[in-house]
Amino acid sequence: MSETALEPRWRGRLSVGLLLAPALLWLGALIVLPHVDLAVLSFRERVGPRHYVASLAQYRTFFIEPLYWHVFVRTAVMSVIATFLTLLLAFPIAWIIAKLARGRASSLLFMLCLIPFWVSETVRTLGWMILLRESGVLPSLLVKLGITHAPIELLYHDATIMVGLVYTSLLFMVIPLVSSLESLDNALIEAAYDLGAGGFTVLRTIVIPHAAPGITAGCIVVFMLTLGNYLTPVLLGGKSSQWFTEQIYNQFITRFNWEQGAALGFLLLALSTALVMLGLKLAGQRFGDVMRRT
Amino acid sequence: MIPSLPRPPWLRGATALYAVAFFAFLFLPLIVVAVFAFNDAPYPAPPWHGFTLDWFLGNPGKGRVGLFGDSEILGSIWTSCVVAGWVTLLAVLIGISNAFLIERGRFFGKQALSILMLAPLVIPGVILGISILAFASRVAQFADDVFGLDWDVLRPGLPLVVCGQFSYIATIATLTISARLRRFDRTLEEAALNLGASKPAVLRTIVLPYLRPALIGSAAISFLMSFADFNTTLMLVGADAPLTVTMYGRMREGASPVLNAVSLFLMLGSALLALGIMRRGARPRPG
Repeated sequence: MSETALEPRWRGRLSVGLLLAPALLWLGALIVLPHVDLAVLSFRERVGPRHYVASLAQYRTFFIEPLYWHVFVRTAVMSVIATFLTLLLAFPIAWIIAKLARGRASSLLFMLCLIPFWVSETVRTLGWMILLRESGVLPSLLVKLGITHAPIELLYHDATIMVGLVYTSLLFMVIPLVSSLESLDNALIEAAYDLGAGGFTVLRTIVIPHAAPGITAGCIVVFMLTLGNYLTPVLLGGKSSQWFTEQIYNQFITRFNWEQGAALGFLLLALSTALVMLGLKLAGQRFGDVMRRT
Repeated sequence: MIPSLPRPPWLRGATALYAVAFFAFLFLPLIVVAVFAFNDAPYPAPPWHGFTLDWFLGNPGKGRVGLFGDSEILGSIWTSCVVAGWVTLLAVLIGISNAFLIERGRFFGKQALSILMLAPLVIPGVILGISILAFASRVAQFADDVFGLDWDVLRPGLPLVVCGQFSYIATIATLTISARLRRFDRTLEEAALNLGASKPAVLRTIVLPYLRPALIGSAAISFLMSFADFNTTLMLVGADAPLTVTMYGRMREGASPVLNAVSLFLMLGSALLALGIMRRGARPRPG
Protein backbone atom coordinates (compact mmCIF):
# COMPACT_ATOMS: atom_id res chain seq x y z
CA MET A 1 0.00 0.00 0.00
CA SER A 2 2.60 2.49 1.11
CA GLU A 3 4.68 1.94 -1.98
CA THR A 4 1.93 2.98 -4.35
CA ALA A 5 1.19 5.91 -2.08
CA LEU A 6 4.79 7.07 -2.27
CA GLU A 7 5.17 6.61 -5.98
CA PRO A 8 3.29 8.28 -8.80
CA ARG A 9 0.97 5.80 -10.42
CA TRP A 10 2.72 5.66 -13.74
CA ARG A 11 6.02 4.70 -12.18
CA GLY A 12 4.40 1.71 -10.56
CA ARG A 13 2.99 0.70 -13.90
CA LEU A 14 6.33 1.15 -15.60
CA SER A 15 8.12 -1.04 -13.12
CA VAL A 16 5.45 -3.74 -13.39
CA GLY A 17 5.89 -3.56 -17.14
CA LEU A 18 9.66 -3.86 -16.86
CA LEU A 19 9.33 -6.87 -14.58
CA LEU A 20 6.66 -8.41 -16.75
CA ALA A 21 8.78 -8.32 -19.90
CA PRO A 22 11.33 -11.00 -18.95
CA ALA A 23 8.62 -13.25 -17.54
CA LEU A 24 6.52 -12.97 -20.67
CA LEU A 25 9.56 -13.48 -22.88
CA TRP A 26 10.52 -16.61 -20.96
CA LEU A 27 7.04 -18.13 -20.85
CA GLY A 28 6.08 -16.98 -24.32
CA ALA A 29 9.18 -17.86 -26.29
CA LEU A 30 10.20 -21.01 -24.44
CA ILE A 31 6.95 -22.51 -23.17
CA VAL A 32 3.74 -21.28 -24.81
CA LEU A 33 4.76 -20.69 -28.43
CA PRO A 34 6.86 -23.86 -28.70
CA HIS A 35 3.93 -25.90 -27.45
CA VAL A 36 1.54 -24.20 -29.85
CA ASP A 37 4.01 -24.96 -32.59
CA LEU A 38 4.25 -28.56 -31.45
CA ALA A 39 0.46 -28.81 -31.58
CA VAL A 40 0.39 -27.40 -35.10
CA LEU A 41 3.10 -29.83 -36.10
CA SER A 42 1.19 -32.79 -34.72
CA PHE A 43 -1.96 -31.91 -36.68
CA ARG A 44 -0.42 -31.89 -40.13
CA GLU A 45 0.73 -34.42 -42.65
CA ARG A 46 3.45 -34.25 -45.26
CA VAL A 47 2.07 -34.84 -48.72
CA GLY A 48 5.06 -33.70 -50.77
CA PRO A 49 8.38 -31.94 -50.43
CA ARG A 50 7.73 -28.87 -48.25
CA HIS A 51 4.01 -29.34 -48.70
CA TYR A 52 1.79 -30.10 -45.74
CA VAL A 53 -1.94 -30.41 -45.13
CA ALA A 54 -3.90 -30.36 -41.89
CA SER A 55 -4.78 -33.88 -40.82
CA LEU A 56 -5.22 -36.24 -37.95
CA ALA A 57 -2.97 -38.82 -39.57
CA GLN A 58 -0.34 -38.70 -36.83
CA TYR A 59 -2.86 -39.49 -34.11
CA ARG A 60 -4.49 -42.11 -36.32
CA THR A 61 -1.13 -43.84 -36.69
CA PHE A 62 -0.80 -43.91 -32.94
CA PHE A 63 -4.11 -45.69 -32.54
CA ILE A 64 -3.60 -48.06 -35.46
CA GLU A 65 0.01 -49.00 -34.78
CA PRO A 66 -0.04 -51.52 -31.92
CA LEU A 67 3.59 -50.78 -31.01
CA TYR A 68 2.85 -47.20 -29.98
CA TRP A 69 -0.18 -48.25 -28.01
CA HIS A 70 1.64 -51.01 -26.32
CA VAL A 71 4.55 -48.82 -25.29
CA PHE A 72 2.22 -46.02 -24.19
CA VAL A 73 0.16 -48.24 -21.90
CA ARG A 74 3.25 -50.03 -20.68
CA THR A 75 4.95 -46.74 -19.75
CA ALA A 76 1.85 -45.54 -17.92
CA VAL A 77 1.34 -48.79 -16.02
CA MET A 78 4.99 -49.11 -15.06
CA SER A 79 5.04 -45.50 -13.90
CA VAL A 80 2.02 -46.09 -11.69
CA ILE A 81 3.64 -49.22 -10.21
CA ALA A 82 6.93 -47.38 -9.69
CA THR A 83 5.11 -44.54 -7.93
CA PHE A 84 3.33 -46.98 -5.65
CA LEU A 85 6.52 -48.89 -4.83
CA THR A 86 8.34 -45.63 -4.14
CA LEU A 87 5.62 -44.62 -1.71
CA LEU A 88 5.83 -47.99 0.06
CA LEU A 89 9.61 -47.81 0.37
CA ALA A 90 9.78 -44.14 1.30
CA PHE A 91 7.04 -44.09 3.92
CA PRO A 92 8.86 -46.05 6.66
CA ILE A 93 11.98 -43.95 6.16
CA ALA A 94 9.98 -40.75 6.29
CA TRP A 95 8.36 -42.02 9.48
CA ILE A 96 11.75 -42.83 11.00
CA ILE A 97 13.07 -39.37 10.09
CA ALA A 98 10.01 -37.45 11.18
CA LYS A 99 8.88 -39.39 14.25
CA LEU A 100 11.43 -41.87 15.57
CA ALA A 101 14.80 -40.19 15.19
CA ARG A 102 15.27 -36.99 17.18
CA GLY A 103 17.26 -33.83 16.79
CA ARG A 104 20.62 -34.34 15.14
CA ALA A 105 19.95 -37.98 14.23
CA SER A 106 16.85 -36.95 12.35
CA SER A 107 18.55 -34.23 10.33
CA LEU A 108 21.53 -36.51 9.71
CA LEU A 109 19.29 -39.21 8.26
CA PHE A 110 17.51 -36.63 6.16
CA MET A 111 20.86 -35.38 4.82
CA LEU A 112 21.86 -38.96 4.02
CA CYS A 113 18.72 -39.25 1.90
CA LEU A 114 19.60 -36.07 0.06
CA ILE A 115 23.22 -36.83 -0.78
CA PRO A 116 22.75 -39.36 -3.60
CA PHE A 117 20.48 -36.94 -5.40
CA TRP A 118 23.06 -34.24 -5.62
CA VAL A 119 24.82 -36.54 -8.04
CA SER A 120 23.46 -36.74 -11.57
CA GLU A 121 21.21 -39.56 -12.68
CA THR A 122 23.89 -40.65 -15.15
CA VAL A 123 26.28 -41.49 -12.32
CA ARG A 124 23.63 -43.34 -10.34
CA THR A 125 22.64 -45.35 -13.40
CA LEU A 126 26.30 -46.16 -14.04
CA GLY A 127 26.41 -47.56 -10.50
CA TRP A 128 23.44 -49.80 -11.14
CA MET A 129 24.97 -51.03 -14.39
CA ILE A 130 28.20 -51.97 -12.61
CA LEU A 131 26.19 -53.73 -9.92
CA LEU A 132 23.80 -55.65 -12.15
CA ARG A 133 25.45 -56.51 -15.46
CA GLU A 134 26.40 -60.11 -16.11
CA SER A 135 30.04 -59.51 -15.21
CA GLY A 136 28.98 -57.15 -12.45
CA VAL A 137 29.11 -57.15 -8.68
CA LEU A 138 25.82 -58.81 -7.72
CA PRO A 139 25.91 -61.70 -10.23
CA SER A 140 29.44 -62.63 -9.18
CA LEU A 141 28.41 -62.36 -5.56
CA LEU A 142 25.53 -64.75 -6.24
CA VAL A 143 27.97 -67.23 -7.77
CA LYS A 144 30.33 -66.91 -4.81
CA LEU A 145 27.51 -67.55 -2.38
CA GLY A 146 26.56 -70.63 -4.36
CA ILE A 147 23.10 -69.35 -5.23
CA THR A 148 23.65 -69.53 -8.98
CA HIS A 149 26.18 -71.64 -10.89
CA ALA A 150 27.02 -69.12 -13.57
CA PRO A 151 26.68 -65.33 -13.47
CA ILE A 152 23.21 -64.27 -14.56
CA GLU A 153 22.36 -61.10 -16.44
CA LEU A 154 20.41 -58.85 -14.09
CA LEU A 155 20.26 -55.93 -16.50
CA TYR A 156 17.65 -55.55 -19.24
CA HIS A 157 14.65 -56.85 -17.31
CA ASP A 158 11.51 -54.97 -16.42
CA ALA A 159 12.35 -55.49 -12.77
CA THR A 160 15.70 -53.78 -13.35
CA ILE A 161 13.98 -50.77 -14.89
CA MET A 162 11.65 -50.72 -11.90
CA VAL A 163 14.56 -50.75 -9.42
CA GLY A 164 16.19 -47.88 -11.29
CA LEU A 165 13.00 -45.84 -11.47
CA VAL A 166 12.18 -46.31 -7.80
CA TYR A 167 15.74 -45.47 -6.83
CA THR A 168 15.72 -42.26 -8.84
CA SER A 169 12.36 -41.22 -7.39
CA LEU A 170 12.87 -41.93 -3.69
CA LEU A 171 14.00 -38.46 -2.69
CA PHE A 172 11.03 -36.76 -4.30
CA MET A 173 8.77 -38.92 -2.17
CA VAL A 174 10.75 -38.70 1.07
CA ILE A 175 10.83 -34.88 1.22
CA PRO A 176 7.07 -34.19 1.06
CA LEU A 177 6.33 -37.18 3.29
CA VAL A 178 8.74 -36.01 5.98
CA SER A 179 7.35 -32.49 5.95
CA SER A 180 3.76 -33.68 6.21
CA LEU A 181 4.54 -36.23 8.92
CA GLU A 182 6.52 -33.74 10.99
CA SER A 183 3.44 -31.57 11.35
CA LEU A 184 1.43 -34.46 12.77
CA ASP A 185 0.94 -33.97 16.50
CA ASN A 186 2.18 -36.98 18.48
CA ALA A 187 -0.56 -36.36 21.04
CA LEU A 188 -3.12 -37.49 18.48
CA ILE A 189 -1.37 -40.82 18.07
CA GLU A 190 -1.00 -41.22 21.83
CA ALA A 191 -4.67 -40.43 22.32
CA ALA A 192 -5.70 -42.98 19.72
CA TYR A 193 -3.44 -45.54 21.34
CA ASP A 194 -4.84 -44.85 24.80
CA LEU A 195 -8.31 -45.31 23.42
CA GLY A 196 -7.27 -48.77 22.28
CA ALA A 197 -6.50 -48.30 18.59
CA GLY A 198 -3.94 -50.68 17.10
CA GLY A 199 -1.08 -49.70 14.85
CA PHE A 200 -3.01 -50.30 11.66
CA THR A 201 -6.04 -48.32 12.82
CA VAL A 202 -3.85 -45.38 13.80
CA LEU A 203 -2.18 -45.50 10.40
CA ARG A 204 -5.48 -45.66 8.55
CA THR A 205 -7.52 -43.16 10.52
CA ILE A 206 -4.92 -40.64 11.69
CA VAL A 207 -1.59 -40.82 9.92
CA ILE A 208 -2.69 -41.29 6.32
CA PRO A 209 -5.45 -38.65 6.37
CA HIS A 210 -3.00 -36.18 7.90
CA ALA A 211 -0.20 -37.02 5.48
CA ALA A 212 -2.50 -37.07 2.45
CA PRO A 213 -1.27 -33.75 1.04
CA GLY A 214 2.34 -34.92 1.26
CA ILE A 215 1.47 -38.30 -0.21
CA THR A 216 -0.33 -36.64 -3.11
CA ALA A 217 2.50 -34.21 -3.75
CA GLY A 218 5.10 -36.97 -3.67
CA CYS A 219 3.09 -39.30 -5.89
CA ILE A 220 2.42 -36.62 -8.48
CA VAL A 221 6.02 -35.54 -8.74
CA VAL A 222 7.32 -39.10 -8.83
CA PHE A 223 4.78 -40.11 -11.43
CA MET A 224 5.64 -37.19 -13.70
CA LEU A 225 9.37 -37.75 -13.40
CA THR A 226 9.01 -41.47 -14.05
CA LEU A 227 6.78 -41.00 -17.06
CA GLY A 228 9.18 -38.49 -18.56
CA ASN A 229 12.32 -40.41 -17.66
CA TYR A 230 14.57 -41.46 -20.50
CA LEU A 231 17.98 -42.34 -19.17
CA THR A 232 17.05 -44.99 -16.61
CA PRO A 233 14.71 -47.13 -18.75
CA VAL A 234 16.96 -46.93 -21.81
CA LEU A 235 20.21 -47.78 -20.05
CA LEU A 236 18.87 -50.33 -17.58
CA GLY A 237 16.32 -51.83 -19.95
CA GLY A 238 18.47 -51.91 -23.07
CA LYS A 239 16.60 -53.02 -26.15
CA SER A 240 13.65 -54.22 -24.12
CA SER A 241 13.10 -50.89 -22.39
CA GLN A 242 10.16 -49.82 -24.60
CA TRP A 243 9.68 -46.48 -22.92
CA PHE A 244 7.47 -43.86 -24.50
CA THR A 245 10.00 -41.03 -24.32
CA GLU A 246 12.31 -43.28 -26.32
CA GLN A 247 9.66 -43.49 -29.06
CA ILE A 248 9.47 -39.71 -29.11
CA TYR A 249 13.22 -39.46 -29.38
CA ASN A 250 13.31 -42.01 -32.19
CA GLN A 251 10.68 -40.18 -34.21
CA PHE A 252 12.14 -36.76 -33.65
CA ILE A 253 15.87 -37.26 -33.74
CA THR A 254 16.54 -40.62 -35.40
CA ARG A 255 13.83 -40.75 -38.08
CA PHE A 256 13.34 -37.01 -38.36
CA ASN A 257 9.58 -37.57 -38.49
CA TRP A 258 8.70 -34.46 -36.50
CA GLU A 259 4.97 -34.64 -37.12
CA GLN A 260 4.70 -38.11 -35.63
CA GLY A 261 7.08 -37.21 -32.80
CA ALA A 262 5.04 -34.12 -31.98
CA ALA A 263 1.83 -36.15 -31.81
CA LEU A 264 3.46 -38.69 -29.51
CA GLY A 265 4.82 -35.86 -27.37
CA PHE A 266 1.37 -34.39 -27.00
CA LEU A 267 -0.09 -37.75 -26.07
CA LEU A 268 2.54 -38.08 -23.34
CA LEU A 269 1.78 -34.59 -22.12
CA ALA A 270 -1.94 -35.37 -22.12
CA LEU A 271 -1.41 -38.58 -20.18
CA SER A 272 0.80 -36.84 -17.66
CA THR A 273 -1.61 -33.94 -17.21
CA ALA A 274 -4.65 -36.23 -16.99
CA LEU A 275 -3.17 -38.43 -14.30
CA VAL A 276 -1.91 -35.43 -12.33
CA MET A 277 -5.39 -33.90 -12.46
CA LEU A 278 -6.90 -37.19 -11.41
CA GLY A 279 -4.50 -37.44 -8.50
CA LEU A 280 -5.29 -33.88 -7.40
CA LYS A 281 -9.01 -34.52 -7.67
CA LEU A 282 -8.83 -37.73 -5.68
CA ALA A 283 -6.93 -35.94 -2.95
CA GLY A 284 -9.00 -32.76 -3.26
CA GLN A 285 -6.02 -30.44 -3.67
CA ARG A 286 -4.96 -27.54 -5.78
CA PHE A 287 -2.07 -27.59 -8.20
CA GLY A 288 -0.34 -24.49 -6.88
CA ASP A 289 -0.35 -25.75 -3.30
CA VAL A 290 1.11 -29.08 -4.30
CA MET A 291 3.92 -27.51 -6.29
CA ARG A 292 4.86 -25.21 -3.45
CA ARG A 293 5.01 -28.17 -1.13
CA THR A 294 7.74 -29.95 -3.04
CA MET B 1 4.87 -46.11 16.39
CA ILE B 2 6.29 -43.10 18.12
CA PRO B 3 8.94 -43.23 20.87
CA SER B 4 6.54 -42.25 23.65
CA LEU B 5 4.53 -45.41 23.09
CA PRO B 6 5.71 -48.91 23.98
CA ARG B 7 7.34 -50.62 21.02
CA PRO B 8 7.90 -54.37 21.02
CA PRO B 9 11.55 -55.40 20.51
CA TRP B 10 10.83 -57.05 17.16
CA LEU B 11 9.46 -53.77 15.85
CA ARG B 12 12.53 -51.86 17.01
CA GLY B 13 14.73 -54.48 15.38
CA ALA B 14 12.75 -54.41 12.16
CA THR B 15 12.88 -50.61 12.04
CA ALA B 16 16.64 -50.53 12.47
CA LEU B 17 17.07 -53.28 9.89
CA TYR B 18 14.89 -51.43 7.45
CA ALA B 19 16.83 -48.21 7.89
CA VAL B 20 20.13 -49.99 7.31
CA ALA B 21 18.82 -51.79 4.22
CA PHE B 22 17.34 -48.57 2.86
CA PHE B 23 20.55 -46.61 3.15
CA ALA B 24 22.57 -49.51 1.77
CA PHE B 25 20.25 -49.46 -1.26
CA LEU B 26 20.69 -45.70 -1.53
CA PHE B 27 24.48 -45.71 -1.36
CA LEU B 28 25.44 -48.99 -2.99
CA PRO B 29 25.47 -47.64 -6.59
CA LEU B 30 27.56 -44.64 -5.59
CA ILE B 31 30.03 -46.73 -3.64
CA VAL B 32 30.66 -49.18 -6.48
CA VAL B 33 31.15 -46.30 -8.90
CA ALA B 34 33.77 -44.81 -6.61
CA VAL B 35 35.51 -48.10 -5.84
CA PHE B 36 35.86 -49.28 -9.43
CA ALA B 37 37.49 -46.03 -10.44
CA PHE B 38 40.61 -47.47 -8.77
CA ASN B 39 40.48 -51.08 -9.99
CA ASP B 40 43.48 -52.15 -12.04
CA ALA B 41 41.40 -53.78 -14.81
CA PRO B 42 40.09 -52.54 -18.15
CA TYR B 43 36.45 -53.04 -17.12
CA PRO B 44 34.69 -51.68 -14.04
CA ALA B 45 33.79 -55.16 -12.86
CA PRO B 46 34.93 -57.62 -10.21
CA PRO B 47 37.25 -59.25 -9.29
CA TRP B 48 39.50 -56.71 -7.68
CA HIS B 49 42.86 -56.54 -9.46
CA GLY B 50 44.58 -54.08 -7.21
CA PHE B 51 44.71 -50.34 -6.74
CA THR B 52 45.68 -48.04 -9.58
CA LEU B 53 45.42 -44.40 -10.55
CA ASP B 54 45.62 -45.28 -14.26
CA TRP B 55 42.03 -44.26 -14.86
CA PHE B 56 42.86 -40.75 -13.74
CA LEU B 57 46.44 -40.29 -14.90
CA GLY B 58 46.59 -42.72 -17.82
CA ASN B 59 49.16 -45.39 -18.45
CA PRO B 60 50.67 -45.45 -21.96
CA GLY B 61 52.48 -48.68 -21.14
CA LYS B 62 49.19 -50.51 -20.85
CA GLY B 63 47.52 -48.42 -23.53
CA ARG B 64 45.25 -46.79 -20.95
CA VAL B 65 43.95 -43.28 -21.37
CA GLY B 66 43.09 -41.72 -18.03
CA LEU B 67 40.53 -39.07 -17.31
CA PHE B 68 43.09 -36.27 -17.46
CA GLY B 69 44.14 -37.38 -20.93
CA ASP B 70 40.64 -37.92 -22.27
CA SER B 71 40.10 -34.75 -24.25
CA GLU B 72 36.52 -35.67 -25.19
CA ILE B 73 35.41 -35.94 -21.56
CA LEU B 74 37.44 -32.95 -20.43
CA GLY B 75 35.96 -30.92 -23.27
CA SER B 76 32.45 -31.97 -22.36
CA ILE B 77 33.03 -31.02 -18.73
CA TRP B 78 34.00 -27.55 -19.91
CA THR B 79 30.92 -27.45 -22.17
CA SER B 80 28.73 -28.39 -19.21
CA CYS B 81 30.33 -25.65 -17.12
CA VAL B 82 29.72 -23.02 -19.79
CA VAL B 83 26.10 -24.10 -20.25
CA ALA B 84 25.51 -24.28 -16.51
CA GLY B 85 27.09 -20.87 -16.04
CA TRP B 86 24.73 -19.25 -18.52
CA VAL B 87 21.69 -21.11 -17.21
CA THR B 88 22.53 -20.10 -13.65
CA LEU B 89 23.04 -16.46 -14.53
CA LEU B 90 19.84 -16.22 -16.53
CA ALA B 91 17.77 -18.24 -14.05
CA VAL B 92 18.83 -16.17 -11.04
CA LEU B 93 18.25 -12.88 -12.86
CA ILE B 94 14.78 -13.86 -13.99
CA GLY B 95 14.13 -15.40 -10.60
CA ILE B 96 14.72 -12.00 -8.94
CA SER B 97 12.60 -10.22 -11.50
CA ASN B 98 9.75 -12.74 -11.19
CA ALA B 99 9.89 -12.70 -7.41
CA PHE B 100 9.31 -8.95 -7.38
CA LEU B 101 6.65 -9.28 -10.05
CA ILE B 102 4.68 -11.93 -8.18
CA GLU B 103 5.21 -10.69 -4.63
CA ARG B 104 5.02 -6.93 -5.21
CA GLY B 105 3.35 -6.29 -8.54
CA ARG B 106 -0.37 -5.78 -8.91
CA PHE B 107 -1.68 -6.35 -12.40
CA PHE B 108 -4.39 -8.08 -14.32
CA GLY B 109 -3.85 -11.81 -14.79
CA LYS B 110 -1.30 -12.20 -12.01
CA GLN B 111 -2.90 -15.39 -10.72
CA ALA B 112 -2.88 -16.96 -14.18
CA LEU B 113 0.72 -15.91 -14.77
CA SER B 114 1.94 -17.41 -11.52
CA ILE B 115 0.22 -20.70 -12.36
CA LEU B 116 1.75 -20.61 -15.83
CA MET B 117 5.17 -20.13 -14.23
CA LEU B 118 4.76 -23.52 -12.56
CA ALA B 119 3.91 -25.27 -15.82
CA PRO B 120 7.53 -25.99 -16.89
CA LEU B 121 7.90 -28.26 -13.87
CA VAL B 122 5.05 -30.52 -14.94
CA ILE B 123 5.99 -30.75 -18.60
CA PRO B 124 8.29 -33.73 -19.17
CA GLY B 125 11.81 -32.60 -20.06
CA VAL B 126 11.75 -34.50 -23.34
CA ILE B 127 8.72 -32.51 -24.48
CA LEU B 128 10.26 -29.19 -23.44
CA GLY B 129 13.21 -30.23 -25.57
CA ILE B 130 11.32 -31.20 -28.71
CA SER B 131 8.96 -28.23 -28.55
CA ILE B 132 11.85 -25.76 -28.32
CA LEU B 133 13.69 -27.64 -31.07
CA ALA B 134 10.65 -27.47 -33.37
CA PHE B 135 9.91 -23.84 -32.59
CA ALA B 136 13.53 -22.74 -33.08
CA SER B 137 13.59 -24.53 -36.39
CA ARG B 138 10.38 -22.78 -37.47
CA VAL B 139 11.78 -19.38 -36.51
CA ALA B 140 15.00 -20.17 -38.38
CA GLN B 141 12.98 -21.21 -41.40
CA PHE B 142 10.96 -18.04 -41.19
CA ALA B 143 14.08 -15.86 -40.93
CA ASP B 144 15.55 -17.63 -43.89
CA ASP B 145 12.41 -17.41 -46.05
CA VAL B 146 11.50 -13.83 -45.28
CA PHE B 147 14.79 -12.07 -44.62
CA GLY B 148 17.24 -14.48 -46.19
CA LEU B 149 19.04 -14.73 -42.85
CA ASP B 150 20.89 -17.79 -41.67
CA TRP B 151 20.58 -17.95 -37.91
CA ASP B 152 22.92 -20.65 -36.71
CA VAL B 153 21.94 -19.95 -33.11
CA LEU B 154 18.64 -21.69 -33.76
CA ARG B 155 20.17 -24.94 -34.97
CA PRO B 156 20.62 -27.67 -32.35
CA GLY B 157 23.59 -26.65 -30.26
CA LEU B 158 24.62 -25.02 -27.04
CA PRO B 159 22.44 -21.87 -27.27
CA LEU B 160 19.37 -24.08 -27.59
CA VAL B 161 20.57 -26.33 -24.78
CA VAL B 162 20.85 -23.24 -22.56
CA CYS B 163 17.32 -22.18 -23.57
CA GLY B 164 15.92 -25.65 -22.94
CA GLN B 165 17.44 -26.00 -19.48
CA PHE B 166 16.64 -22.41 -18.58
CA SER B 167 12.98 -22.93 -19.52
CA TYR B 168 12.32 -25.04 -16.42
CA ILE B 169 15.21 -24.11 -14.11
CA ALA B 170 13.86 -20.53 -14.18
CA THR B 171 10.77 -21.83 -12.38
CA ILE B 172 12.85 -23.33 -9.61
CA ALA B 173 14.84 -20.12 -9.14
CA THR B 174 11.60 -18.13 -9.15
CA LEU B 175 10.04 -20.33 -6.46
CA THR B 176 13.13 -20.20 -4.24
CA ILE B 177 13.61 -16.44 -4.44
CA SER B 178 9.92 -15.52 -4.14
CA ALA B 179 9.57 -17.74 -1.08
CA ARG B 180 12.20 -15.66 0.67
CA LEU B 181 10.94 -12.32 -0.59
CA ARG B 182 7.48 -13.21 0.77
CA ARG B 183 8.91 -13.43 4.29
CA PHE B 184 10.64 -10.07 4.04
CA ASP B 185 9.51 -7.52 6.60
CA ARG B 186 8.23 -4.57 4.55
CA THR B 187 8.58 -2.17 7.50
CA LEU B 188 12.38 -2.31 7.09
CA GLU B 189 12.01 -1.00 3.59
CA GLU B 190 9.52 1.67 4.65
CA ALA B 191 11.80 2.79 7.46
CA ALA B 192 14.67 3.25 5.04
CA LEU B 193 12.45 5.17 2.64
CA ASN B 194 11.22 7.39 5.47
CA LEU B 195 14.80 8.08 6.45
CA GLY B 196 15.40 9.39 2.98
CA ALA B 197 16.98 6.47 1.13
CA SER B 198 16.27 6.31 -2.58
CA LYS B 199 14.54 3.23 -3.96
CA PRO B 200 17.66 1.84 -5.66
CA ALA B 201 19.60 2.36 -2.42
CA VAL B 202 16.96 0.44 -0.47
CA LEU B 203 17.11 -2.36 -3.00
CA ARG B 204 20.89 -2.50 -2.87
CA THR B 205 21.44 -2.14 0.85
CA ILE B 206 18.39 -3.84 2.34
CA VAL B 207 16.39 -6.06 0.03
CA LEU B 208 19.14 -7.74 -1.97
CA PRO B 209 21.31 -8.53 1.09
CA TYR B 210 18.22 -10.06 2.67
CA LEU B 211 17.67 -12.18 -0.46
CA ARG B 212 21.31 -13.28 -0.60
CA PRO B 213 20.87 -16.77 0.88
CA ALA B 214 18.08 -17.46 -1.59
CA LEU B 215 20.16 -16.10 -4.45
CA ILE B 216 23.13 -18.27 -3.56
CA GLY B 217 20.91 -21.29 -2.96
CA SER B 218 19.07 -20.92 -6.23
CA ALA B 219 22.32 -20.33 -8.10
CA ALA B 220 23.79 -23.54 -6.70
CA ILE B 221 20.64 -25.52 -7.44
CA SER B 222 20.45 -24.10 -10.96
CA PHE B 223 24.06 -24.98 -11.62
CA LEU B 224 23.66 -28.52 -10.35
CA MET B 225 20.40 -29.09 -12.22
CA SER B 226 21.86 -27.78 -15.42
CA PHE B 227 24.93 -29.96 -14.98
CA ALA B 228 22.76 -33.01 -14.35
CA ASP B 229 20.10 -32.33 -16.96
CA PHE B 230 19.75 -35.06 -19.52
CA ASN B 231 16.26 -35.20 -21.03
CA THR B 232 16.03 -31.67 -22.38
CA THR B 233 19.68 -31.53 -23.38
CA LEU B 234 19.52 -34.75 -25.37
CA MET B 235 16.89 -33.28 -27.68
CA LEU B 236 18.70 -30.01 -28.30
CA VAL B 237 22.32 -31.00 -28.39
CA GLY B 238 24.48 -30.30 -31.43
CA ALA B 239 28.13 -31.08 -32.08
CA ASP B 240 29.44 -30.09 -28.63
CA ALA B 241 27.95 -32.43 -26.07
CA PRO B 242 27.73 -31.60 -22.37
CA LEU B 243 29.05 -34.19 -19.94
CA THR B 244 25.80 -36.10 -19.30
CA VAL B 245 25.27 -36.69 -23.00
CA THR B 246 28.90 -37.75 -23.56
CA MET B 247 28.70 -40.12 -20.61
CA TYR B 248 25.44 -41.55 -21.90
CA GLY B 249 27.04 -42.22 -25.28
CA ARG B 250 30.01 -43.96 -23.66
CA MET B 251 27.76 -45.99 -21.38
CA ARG B 252 25.86 -47.31 -24.37
CA GLU B 253 29.07 -48.30 -26.12
CA GLY B 254 30.45 -50.19 -23.18
CA ALA B 255 32.04 -49.73 -19.83
CA SER B 256 35.28 -48.01 -19.03
CA PRO B 257 36.66 -47.07 -15.62
CA VAL B 258 37.30 -43.57 -17.00
CA LEU B 259 33.57 -43.01 -16.53
CA ASN B 260 33.94 -44.05 -12.90
CA ALA B 261 36.81 -41.61 -12.53
CA VAL B 262 34.82 -38.69 -13.89
CA SER B 263 31.81 -39.74 -11.80
CA LEU B 264 33.95 -39.66 -8.70
CA PHE B 265 34.81 -36.04 -9.45
CA LEU B 266 31.15 -35.26 -10.03
CA MET B 267 30.29 -36.75 -6.66
CA LEU B 268 33.03 -34.81 -4.90
CA GLY B 269 32.04 -31.63 -6.67
CA SER B 270 28.37 -31.87 -5.82
CA ALA B 271 29.15 -32.93 -2.26
CA LEU B 272 31.33 -29.83 -1.80
CA LEU B 273 28.67 -27.60 -3.29
CA ALA B 274 25.98 -29.19 -1.11
CA LEU B 275 28.06 -28.84 2.05
CA GLY B 276 28.82 -25.24 1.14
CA ILE B 277 25.15 -24.39 0.84
CA MET B 278 24.21 -26.19 4.02
CA ARG B 279 26.92 -24.51 6.08
CA ARG B 280 25.89 -21.17 4.70
CA GLY B 281 22.25 -21.95 5.46
CA ALA B 282 23.08 -22.98 9.02
CA ARG B 283 25.24 -19.96 9.81
CA PRO B 284 23.35 -17.06 11.36
CA ARG B 285 23.38 -14.09 9.05
CA PRO B 286 25.21 -11.02 10.28
CA GLY B 287 22.95 -8.05 10.84
